[in-house]
Parts: sequence; C-alpha cells; structure tokens
Amino acid sequence: MKFSEHWLREWVQPAIATQALCDQLSLAGLEVDDVSAVAGDFSGVVVAEILSAQPHPDADKLQVCQVSDGQETFQVVCGAANARAGLKTAFAKVGAVLPGDFRIKRAKLRQVESFGMLCAEDELGISDNHDGIMELAQNAPVGQDLRQYLGLDDQIVDVDLTPNRGDCLSIAGMAREVGVLNRVPVTPVQIAPISASHDQVVPVTLIAPADCPRYLGRVIRNIRQGVQTPLWMQEKLRRSGIRSIDPVVDVTNYVLLELGQPMHAFDLEKLEGGIQVRRANAGEKLRLLDGQEVDLQADTLVIADEAKALAMAGIMGGEASSVTDATQHLFLESAFFAPLSIVGRARNYGLHTDSSHRFERGVDWQLQRQALERATALLLEIVGGEAGPVIEALSAEHLPQVPQIRLRQSRIDQMLAMSLPPAEVEEILGRLGLTLSKTESDEWRVAVPSYRFDITLEVDLIEELARVYGYDRLPVKTPSAELPLPPISEAKQSVQFLRRHMIARGYQEAITYSFIEAGLSRQFDPKHEAVALANPISAEMAVMRTTLWPGLVKAVEYNQNRQQNRIRLFETGQRFVPQAQGLLQENVLAAVVTGTRDAESWCAGKDKLDFFDIKGDLESLLSLGGCLAEYAFVAAEHPALHPGQSARIERQGKLIGWIGALHPQLQKDLDLNGPIYLFELSLSEIQTGRLPRYEALSKFPEMRRDLSLLVDQSISFGAIREAAVAAGGEYLRQVRLFDQYQGQGIEPGRKSLALGLTWQHPSRTLTDEEINNSVASVIAALNTHCGASLRD
Amino acid sequence: MDNLQELLAQGQAAAEQAQDIKALDEVRVQYLGKKGELTQLLKGLGKLSAEERPAAGAKINEAKDALQAVLDARKTLLESAALNAQLAAERVDVTLPGRGQTPGGLHPVTRTLERIEAFFASIGYQVAEGPEIEDDYHNFEALNIPAHHPARAMHDTFYFDAHTLLRTHTSPVQVRTMETQQPPIRIICPGRVYRCDYDQTHSPMFHQVEGLLIDKNISFADLKGTLEQFLREFFEEDVKVRFRPSYFPFTEPSIEVDIDRGDGRWLEVLGCGMVHPKVFEYSGIDPEEYTGFAFGMGVERLAMLRYGVNDLRLFFENDLRFLGQFN
Repeated sequence: MKFSEHWLREWVQPAIATQALCDQLSLAGLEVDDVSAVAGDFSGVVVAEILSAQPHPDADKLQVCQVSDGQETFQVVCGAANARAGLKTAFAKVGAVLPGDFRIKRAKLRQVESFGMLCAEDELGISDNHDGIMELAQNAPVGQDLRQYLGLDDQIVDVDLTPNRGDCLSIAGMAREVGVLNRVPVTPVQIAPISASHDQVVPVTLIAPADCPRYLGRVIRNIRQGVQTPLWMQEKLRRSGIRSIDPVVDVTNYVLLELGQPMHAFDLEKLEGGIQVRRANAGEKLRLLDGQEVDLQADTLVIADEAKALAMAGIMGGEASSVTDATQHLFLESAFFAPLSIVGRARNYGLHTDSSHRFERGVDWQLQRQALERATALLLEIVGGEAGPVIEALSAEHLPQVPQIRLRQSRIDQMLAMSLPPAEVEEILGRLGLTLSKTESDEWRVAVPSYRFDITLEVDLIEELARVYGYDRLPVKTPSAELPLPPISEAKQSVQFLRRHMIARGYQEAITYSFIEAGLSRQFDPKHEAVALANPISAEMAVMRTTLWPGLVKAVEYNQNRQQNRIRLFETGQRFVPQAQGLLQENVLAAVVTGTRDAESWCAGKDKLDFFDIKGDLESLLSLGGCLAEYAFVAAEHPALHPGQSARIERQGKLIGWIGALHPQLQKDLDLNGPIYLFELSLSEIQTGRLPRYEALSKFPEMRRDLSLLVDQSISFGAIREAAVAAGGEYLRQVRLFDQYQGQGIEPGRKSLALGLTWQHPSRTLTDEEINNSVASVIAALNTHCGASLRD
Repeated sequence: MDNLQELLAQGQAAAEQAQDIKALDEVRVQYLGKKGELTQLLKGLGKLSAEERPAAGAKINEAKDALQAVLDARKTLLESAALNAQLAAERVDVTLPGRGQTPGGLHPVTRTLERIEAFFASIGYQVAEGPEIEDDYHNFEALNIPAHHPARAMHDTFYFDAHTLLRTHTSPVQVRTMETQQPPIRIICPGRVYRCDYDQTHSPMFHQVEGLLIDKNISFADLKGTLEQFLREFFEEDVKVRFRPSYFPFTEPSIEVDIDRGDGRWLEVLGCGMVHPKVFEYSGIDPEEYTGFAFGMGVERLAMLRYGVNDLRLFFENDLRFLGQFN
C-alpha cells in the first residue's frame, strides 16, 4: 500500500523522521519497500497568474506572457499551448533551481526577453505529465511558494503488507499501528452523523446473509454536476497511486484509503426497485466498469436490483449503473462482505481491485456506518446534494464472532524464553485495541477488535507481543536435545560419495530443468507420454522429464555452441515416469560424454572416445558397492540410442538403466557433434552395496593358461565368459580377455580372442592333470555353446 | 714367479684402462680367473720346495689381492659413471602436465546445499526428501493454506490438474515427516522447488533447504540462536543478523531474516518461524505438548551471495566455463 507521509501525520505525530519511521514499520512486520519524494528537488517556484498571452512576433509556437506573482509582473516566453490569460500556474523565477540542478536565468528567445519559466509537472518531478504547463485551481493564492501550496515536501511510502494485515490497508490502520509502536495518541478524523433532509430510501434485502451480513445504503439527491475534485483530495489520491476520476468516485476512493472501507456509488436513476444482495443466477451476465462483459459464476456475490445484477459485490461495479457526468441522484453503498465470499473470486475473472484486495483480507465489520457518514459529509462538501436517511440491512447472526482467547503467562514465557511482565503484556495488547480481562492470576481472556481478522489463537497474541516488544530484543540461545545415534548403513553409498566419484572420473556436475519441451521428450522417450503442466511458462518448459538425457544433451549443445568440444557432464535428480500403477518419481544419475578421450595435451587428447570409455566410468562407479558381478550389460535397443551400441543395465536380472551412444539420426536432428555417449540409472539401485566379508588367502600358487580362440563375430564375450566359467570347475578363478582381433589372417565373419584363465585352490597345489582337464572342458564347452575353435 | 710384479703391473694397467664393466671383467678373467695368469702362478707352486712354497704363495696372493683391489675400485668407478649416464639420459621435464583424467567439479548449488546440510547434520538433523510432484494437501492445506487463501498468491504455482502441482517449497516433506514420526523431530529438507515466475531474479526452478525442529520446550530464542549461528558460520564472517516480523500461514510468529555483511545494506536471506499449532494438528502432533521452529532458505540466493554470482540464470545454463570456476 502506498500512502503520503503527510496524510499519516495528520492522524498521528511520532517524534521521528521519515527514515526512522520506515525502519520502525519494517521491524514491526509492515515492510517498507520504497520511499520516494512526492516531487523533485526544486526551489524558487511560486503560484502565479498569467495576465496576458500574446503570440511571439518571430516564432509560431511561442507566446509572450505577462505573469504576475502578486507583487510584480514578469515577461515570460512560453512554448506551452495552454498558456492563456487568467490561468494560475507554476512559475519558476529567475534564480529558481529545478530538478537536476537546472538554474533559471534571464534569457532571450528569438529577440524577446524572458524572465523565468512556466512549468509543466514533469519539469518539477511531480509526474511524467508534459501536456502543457500546470493548471492550478482558480483560487490558488498567487505568490505562494508552490511546494508549500501543494504540500510537496512529502514522501510517498510504499508498504508491502503481508496478507494477514488487512487492517493496515488504510491511513487509519497505519496510524493505529504507528501509535502503538511509538506510544503516542492517534487523532482520527471527526465523523458526525448527517441528518436526513429527505426521506427517500432504497430497500435492501440480504438474500445471501452469510456472504453479506451487513449492508448500509443512503440516497443523496441533486448533486451538482461539472464540479472538480479539490486539489487536496486529488493530491492525496495521487500520492496513494490512485488517479482522480470524478468527485463521486474520488470520494469513495478517498474513504477507502482513509478508513479502509471500500464503497460504491450507483446512479439512482438506473436502479429498478430495491437492492438485493445475492449469488449470481445461472447464465447471468454483467458488463463491468472496465468495459468487459463477464459471465457470472454461481459462487459470485452480486448487488442486484429487482431486474438485474448491478455490480460484482466487493470487486467491481457495473457499467450500466455507474455514476456519470449526468448523474443527479446517488445511491451510496457501504457493506461488509465476508472474506470467504470474496476470496479467489476476483482472480477467477482475472480481476484484482483495491476493493477485492481489502474484502479478501477482511474489512472491519463495524466500520460501515462511519464510512457512509464520512463519505456523505465529503460529498455534500464537494458536490452538494441532499442526504437521505441511512438504511441498514443486518443479519447479526452472520456477523463474525469476536474471538475470546485464553492467554497464559506460562505459554508466553515458554514461547519467548523470557518472562514478559504482566503489566507489559496488558499494555502492548491494550494499545493494539484488544480487551484483556484477568481470569486467573496468570491468565487472561482477550477479546479481539473487529478489524483484526488475523488474531484467533493464543499464539497469535504471543506473536503480537513479540512483534511489538521487538524481535531483536528477545533472548537468544541454542536448543538442547537428547541425541540418539541415527542408523547408518555401511553398505549404502551416499549420493555425495557417488557424485565425488563421478567428479574424480572427470565429470562436471550439471543441473538442468525438470521440465522440457514435449517434442524433445518424445524424441528421447517415445514410449512414455510425459506429464504436462497445465500452466507452463513456455513451450520449452512444458512437460516433466522422463529421463535426464534431453536436458544433458541440451547442455552439450549449449557448450558445443561455445567452442567446448570435450564435454563430460553428470546430473542427479528426479525423473517422472508415468506407469500403469501411477506416476513414478525416481532419483536417477545420468551422464553424457563427447569429444576426445583425454583432454588435449602433449601425451594424449588425439583419440576419440568410444562406448568402452563411458562403460568403464560406469563400471568403476558400480564397483564402489563391491558388487560389480551382480551387474550385467545386455545388448538391447533403445529409441534414443545407436542400435549396435546400447545396452540395458541389469542388476540380478532387474532393469536399472541404460547405456549407449546417442542414435546418430537423433544426433543429426539435434544438430550436434558426435558421437555422444550416455548412461542413466536408478540411484537407489546402485546405492546398495555389500558389507565386506573376509575369506582366507590361499598359500598355494596360481596357475595360468592362455587360449587363442576363433569365433563368429556375433558371439559376445559375455557368452564366452559364461560358458568358460560354467565349464572350468570351482577352482577357475578368473577369465580375462587380453586380446581381440579381426581382419587380415582371420576368416571374414570370425574374430580371434585371447583368453587368460587362472586357477587356484585354497588348500593345495593343483596338478597339471587337473588343469589340463579343466582346460579341456572349457574348450569343449566353448565349442559346443559358442562354436569356438582353437586357433592354430 | 719372476714376472710376478710385471704381471701385476700389467694387470693393474689393464684394469685402469678398462672402459666398461665388460672389459673390466675380461681383465679379471685374464688375471684372476681359473686359468688366469696370476692363478696359473699358484699352480706352479708345486714345483717349488716346501720351504719356498709359503713365501711364494703369500706373494702371489698379495699380488692377486692388490689387483682385486684395483679391479674393485675401477668397478665402482665404472658403475657410478654408468648410473650417472643413465640418470642423465632419463631426465624428464617435470613441468610437463601429468597424464590422465582431470577431475570435474560439483555444481555450485550442490556445493552450497551440501555445506548447509553439513552444518545441520553435525547437530543431529536428518536429511529428509520427498516427491517434487505433490498434491494440494501436502503443499498447501496441511500447511494451513486453504484454497483461495491470499497467501497462495505468494506462491505462483505450476499445476497439472486441480489437485496436483509442482511443490512450491520443500515444506511438504516436513508434513510427510510429521505424519509418520512423533517428536522429537530434527530434519532438513533439501531439494528442487518450482514457482511459475521467470525473469532476471526469478527462476521457475530453484533449490531450497528447509529445516524443522520439534521438541518439548522449543522457543523463539532457540530459533534465533540456531539461525544466527548458522548464518555466521555459513558466511564465515561476523555478519549482522536482523529478525523481522513477517507472515507465513504455517508459522506463528513468522520471521524474515536479513543480514548485513558490513556494507550497511540489509539483504533478506531466509524465512522462518515457530510452527503454527494448526500445522501440528493437521499432522497429529499435540501443540500443547510440543513446540518447534521451521526455516527455509533459497540455495541459489545463498550461493550468489557467497560466490559473488550476479545472474541467477547462470546456474541452469550449465556453461562449462561457469561450472569450472567452482572446481
């Protein structure tokens, strides 16, 4: 909320300067966002009257004016079209200093002497308006300093109020708060009832009394037309960020700002019969003040007459019944709408008004009569007219209840970790307008005033005590606690540990967005229809990723576009995979590599990487848990991967992830340099490892035999190793592939493999015969299962 | 026998002239080997009388020892020269960079997150995590933010449907913990959160760490002490800390915390408060028996302040030149 400091100080006069006041408000929970001067820094500008304005003899657009400051007459050359005899305006005399340290001097404009300058609003830093020189009221006192006349030595304070403090959305509310904080009295504006000078009334029926338990109205007849809102009111509105429209609307806005009661004025002639406050009917339409026609929803409260909806209650008036230049008679509304009946409704229509903002947060439900009297008095003063009697429709049972809260000294002391003296408790809450009565020696019953919708519980009272006492003055300590040891599984690898391993393998951690473009998602994972946001920020951030690959590959693109060719990235995070039994939100670890195997250097950096580089990185990660043997790489196809270079990663037969080269077509479609290798796997599946278990070391020698085999190219090493292990007997400890060759000297379609087999017995030396038998079984099994023959 | 001295002199000269170990060994064989010239002289002793034999034998052995000494000395010299030559040949340029993978590094957000976690873990907080796609109940309602509450406007929420959304804070994890666990509770909840807002200072995705401590007799003073200490230790500076009343529906009182790092400017760094009794009630904890505090901080904001990063968007571009600065 924006307000003028002057206006506030009309109500309450704390003996502190602007900055201190603002700091005080911020530290009381009413955060001051900004303080700005009402006008620029200038001096030497006075109210003056243009006595005459003649065309410049030598320039079409200039006029030569005779200007009086009440004592002397000055000749001023002026370029504004609205300069005319009789106008009261702002006159910067010779010697005046305007904003930007611009000093006014005697000047000659096209041979005509000029002694000063007539000013537009923007030239004085009052607004951005540059439509001619200022037009002051006809009764403006000629000769008076303009700053003094307009009260420009004022600040606009912008307070960012939290939603619980609807009670501060007015000068009255802010003044109340300032009064409490400074322990100074508040002087409210004097409001006296205006007695009726005629007896015309509009009957009001509360058809929805829970939504609107109180509705006051009054007819004002025969207002004057063509009247201007007085400058003081225009200025106060302007300083609160509200544009002056016409005197009637200005008065309702003024009362809203001053007291916090949103009001509405109808053109009496447009009403057909009495007022009804009800929910909208099915199919009902309303053209609002802003010109848009809306289809009213059934949960919307309206002000209607007997024929039609007139206004959206508490949100915005209707166009048809609004006050115009021709309006003669008014019907003035001052009502209390229950917050829950207004909340969210404005937003449903894309509206947010000063009125809905206040009703949503809660308007003092005892304020309506005062506000109506205040508005009447202001209207009579400005546009005249005759006020009728105030009529009030009330459903007392639907008015909010005054909460009666039990407040315990012991609870205060416990929550604040200090003993706040009872006298201070009573003093602080009393100043806030709460009523305390002692029920026991250390307990009170507290009644909450009708403007505080945010206080319903004991803890709300303690908050008020803490806030006014000052958070910074409250004691400080650190918690004491019982400290049982938490369980820590030794076999489990923490994510932090896995991340550091990736780093040691040369990977940089990335964080990519969890939402991606729908098309990209389909390119990587056509099998899953990614979950789509109902209100995405853009098409690039529209669906939840089912894999981290699109984000990582986009990061590759970003870096390749910036001359980075060797890229190694990994990311941990959730993927969101729709499944038959619901959405799976799963933490995964994914990586991408491209470019050379090693960084360019004197000894390396020429070799491009291949599948086995990223597989090696992954195997080293998997081996951290000590269960590498439980994992298998099974050749399989994936839509995003090269069909000949991709594998399912399985752990004991369960699919836990994928590894492979990005499909060359996809790589081309995405306009990337390749090849690019990827893997992704479930984090929880790789975090579980094993607890080490000691096995006795064999004292007997290892035996090794090497085999050179020829097999079809299609036979995988995995199959060979499996057959060899199965056939080799229990003392075959290791099957290692130490060479693979195909090409010259080998029949096409075949490859040569060199296997190293190692045996060891735990408690004796193995005999040559045992080894020979094992070798023979291995060779036979390889021949049977893999079609392998020994190479000559 | 007559030429003993001559042989010795010849042998010594040959040893002195040998240019390598092999040549030296040949000299040894020639004079001291089984058929060596000096060895042969010993064999000739048989021709001498028993009286002459010991003296003559002693002389020959003396000569052999003398030659052996020269050979040994020469050998040491030659070996040392050979080693020196090898060492000279094997000299490397130690300023050349080492071989192998250069390590990568943690993302600055993770780095900051882990640092925050470490502080709280060291005083007994457990890390709790939860889903990022949440339901309305856990993200709002159980936190005392009913439908249409004006506070919902403070959270620009991404929705999937009327009941499903991207969590706007990690508080739902606190709710889920309170639902399943009785106090005392000490948890921190790190993770990604989402708000429908995108400009220079807002990212639609960012990271939060929230903390929750519930026990008997927890007071406002405990909250102040914990966060004041945390901020000083996090920044490793004697920052000024200010507690300012604010409003969150799930805490009462609610507080925003500002810091001043010595330049007189107050910067808002986190929000916190005493857990609202209604939040306790939603999760089945007796607010009369227990009190607690909760706090939440934006990780990117803390990382920006700590490392001097001036543009939030840098965190999600994954530019290697940016990321590499945190290695």
